[in-house]
Amino acid sequence: MESDHVKESIALIEAESHKETLRFITCGSVDDGKSTLIGRLLFESKNIFDDQLTSLESDSRHYGTQGEKIDLALLVDGLQAEREQGITIDVAYRFFATDRRRYIVADTPGHEQYTRNMATGASTADLAVILVDARKGVLVQTRRHSRIVAMMGIGHIVLAVNKMDLVGFDEQVFSAIEEDFRKFSEDFAFHAIQAIPLSGLEGDNVLFTSNQTPWYSGPSLMEYLEHVDVREASSRSAFRMPLQWINRPNLDFRGYCGRIAEGEIRPGDALRVLPSGVQTRVKSIIRGFGEVGHAYQGQSVTLTLMDEVDASRGDVVAAADDPPQSADQFEARLLWMADHAMTPGRHYLMKHACREVTVTITKIKYREDANTGAHLAAETLALNEIGTVNLSTSAPIVFEPYRVNRLLGGFILIDKLSFETVGAGMINFALRRAQNIHWQALEVNKAARSAIKHQKPLCLWFTGLSGSGKSAIANIVEKQLYAEGRHTSLLDGDNIRHGLNRDLGFTEADRVENIRRIAEVAKLMVGAGLIVLVSFISPFKSDREMARSLFDKGEFVEIFVDTPLDDCEKRDVKGLYAKARRGELKNFTGIDSPYEAPLTPEIYVSGTMASPEEEASLIMNYLATIQ
Amino acid sequence: MSRTIGGAGFSSFSLEDESIEIIREAVATARNPVMLYSIGKDSSVMLHLARKAFYPAAPPFPLMHVDTGWKFRAMYTHRDRMAAESGMKLLVYKNPEGESAGINPFTHGSNYHTDVMKTQALKQALDLYDFDVIFGGARRDEEKSRAKERIFSFRSPGHRWEPKAQRPELWSLYNTSIHPGETIRVFPISNWTELDIWQYIRDEQIAIVPLYLSAERPVVNRGGQWIMIDDERFPFEAGEEPSMKRVRFRTLGCWPLSAAIESDAETLEAVIAETLHASCSERQGRLIDSDVPGSMEKKKQEGYF
Repeated sequence: MESDHVKESIALIEAESHKETLRFITCGSVDDGKSTLIGRLLFESKNIFDDQLTSLESDSRHYGTQGEKIDLALLVDGLQAEREQGITIDVAYRFFATDRRRYIVADTPGHEQYTRNMATGASTADLAVILVDARKGVLVQTRRHSRIVAMMGIGHIVLAVNKMDLVGFDEQVFSAIEEDFRKFSEDFAFHAIQAIPLSGLEGDNVLFTSNQTPWYSGPSLMEYLEHVDVREASSRSAFRMPLQWINRPNLDFRGYCGRIAEGEIRPGDALRVLPSGVQTRVKSIIRGFGEVGHAYQGQSVTLTLMDEVDASRGDVVAAADDPPQSADQFEARLLWMADHAMTPGRHYLMKHACREVTVTITKIKYREDANTGAHLAAETLALNEIGTVNLSTSAPIVFEPYRVNRLLGGFILIDKLSFETVGAGMINFALRRAQNIHWQALEVNKAARSAIKHQKPLCLWFTGLSGSGKSAIANIVEKQLYAEGRHTSLLDGDNIRHGLNRDLGFTEADRVENIRRIAEVAKLMVGAGLIVLVSFISPFKSDREMARSLFDKGEFVEIFVDTPLDDCEKRDVKGLYAKARRGELKNFTGIDSPYEAPLTPEIYVSGTMASPEEEASLIMNYLATIQ
Repeated sequence: MSRTIGGAGFSSFSLEDESIEIIREAVATARNPVMLYSIGKDSSVMLHLARKAFYPAAPPFPLMHVDTGWKFRAMYTHRDRMAAESGMKLLVYKNPEGESAGINPFTHGSNYHTDVMKTQALKQALDLYDFDVIFGGARRDEEKSRAKERIFSFRSPGHRWEPKAQRPELWSLYNTSIHPGETIRVFPISNWTELDIWQYIRDEQIAIVPLYLSAERPVVNRGGQWIMIDDERFPFEAGEEPSMKRVRFRTLGCWPLSAAIESDAETLEAVIAETLHASCSERQGRLIDSDVPGSMEKKKQEGYF
């Protein structure tokens, strides 16, 4: 008796471990019934525990939107704020099983403001259930979500035309929505679209086909999920593994750890470490607590190599005869996820495979209209907008186009100050191969140029409000440096705007470009061995950080001339404040555009405490200590 | 063999591979990581995964147990054994004020006891050692606010969780950048279910506290729940008398707060068979989840795991 019971258990366990798992998302517009549908699936497939049902009943009385009936959406909307407002804010992951398959479903929010949470769910899904309210048809948000689903590379779509009970299970309504959806999604190149008329609230065509829709001959949602084959035939499988961790417990062991992004590997296989290109062979493959003779895509392994090669986190090991490309300039598709707009020229952190590099968006080629997909000209990308951009990384990265390999083609962008995740991108292709760039080998270099001038080249960056006295102080400092026999140059905001930057206005994008150009010019001059004095309002922290990042350590000296706005406005040497107050000057720093004060400048100058001469001598003293 | 997850473009991967990737990524980017070790089955699986991730080295971080003084005796034995076996440093922390005030679940109630001895103690310990990345064994299938949480979950200074402002988390690209004072809780077994845990324990022959398997144990019925009498500190009420019952535990914590279930499952196989047919969730035996509405989310916001 006991042994029969155990035998039966073992058979059950074996059957369980052979089940495949399907990961899918539900998405679509607000109130299309996503959470209710998932709740219905969990409920009807008997994946709800008794105690969860009991608390669901009490929750339904508290927060329910279904009158006397239980509100199945509350099974998924787990945050207090969601239950109180009856909306979904963030993606919820739910797990359920049938006799055939196991499922991880990500229920994603429909509100436009939470699009980034929908993208989070979509990035790991194999299939998307896109819901449409039968009464409303395909909406802008349906299109936006479909676009993101396609962008993420999800090929299998269920178009769930929900709330059919509210349109009397009318075939015409269903067919019109299906036709509309197929037409607009033509460009997305989905592998398969299965349209299903259903009612999440009543359960029609959810688990079983409904007799309310005799005109529909397709599968129920559950029948489709049980049998759909989402595997993609891979056209190529060359070995690629980004190095995640170098395991060096002692001098005798050096292991290269990572998760195989593509292909397979065996001991003895020839490898290339990228981007260096060094070649070696696999000595052994460790998986878990032992060695294996074979490992493949998706597995986390530790490799030991025949040679002591120089390889570190972020490098990629790849099949020696078929290595991926390295490049530092790309075209990519980008979903912007931050409240503040993306502006070309700004520096962001890019996380790609196991590497973090600094990246700049050099150009927005176009943004996509959320509704039609039309390519529109754009200066910036706002929250939830999708665009195609060119970007440039501070170091070459080893990549594959996203459509070839998601793990080597996807990246995120991180704001350098707030550390928020601000963008999700997919590499289309490299604009030029990094291996083709050869910097001109210069025999006369910066060190040689500064040696002949007997000085350490520097960039003295004066920042402060208009009228704070930056330029006056910079002028005095330059005179004193000249008197000491130093070689200098002074770049002043107003003068540069008459020449080099005369094509730039005062929009945010132009201001960024203004600073970028001046920083690059200053860098060239520092390269020539000069002490460069830059006097620019430069109100944004990120722009000053960008400028700083162009220079070697110790070369960039930020000087904050801190004069209160009232004093600057009283002085108003150029009459600009008066103009700005009259509304004749837009985006004027201090009036209708912010000034982000430096928190840790190298030199702090109070613009009201002393005369410009005294302030200048303060700076000269500082320079004497570093020269 | 752990279960494979088929996926377009991702080929197939197992939960084990995903968890190992998460653990390595967290360690590679952390300044001072630690693994919260609660001695339960989920912690046991997480520890096993960490050992695999860095084999043949020992995991390059310590284990930390936030002790309330009310764990089952069998748990303390198991804890010390596993620390020794893994070769990892074990840090044990008890809230000193709570301890000297004699905070306990009987006199002070489960809510206050948990807050002082677990939530506050955890925050004190994290601040004391200045950890920036903290591994925890929470799973998304456990509870509805956990179903919403990211794998790399950020905590503002003061260890607060902002459920309405979580960072997007795409693919397996985890944003690990933080400012001083901020920390990251990392949940490597987010995508495992209770059944996955049991199957993995069976397949990998992972040592667990024997309380998970059925045996005759002294219990008292309180409010419809079986409470096991693990030591002499149980305050019997008039007429209460311990009786011997065949019971086991689906989750383990402080013994006065962990309800046992009646069961004959003496083997892992039998436990798994019962799990497959279970009609109640494992958290039903946790007396602290249900004491106030939305209580897990509130506790999490305040810094609880």
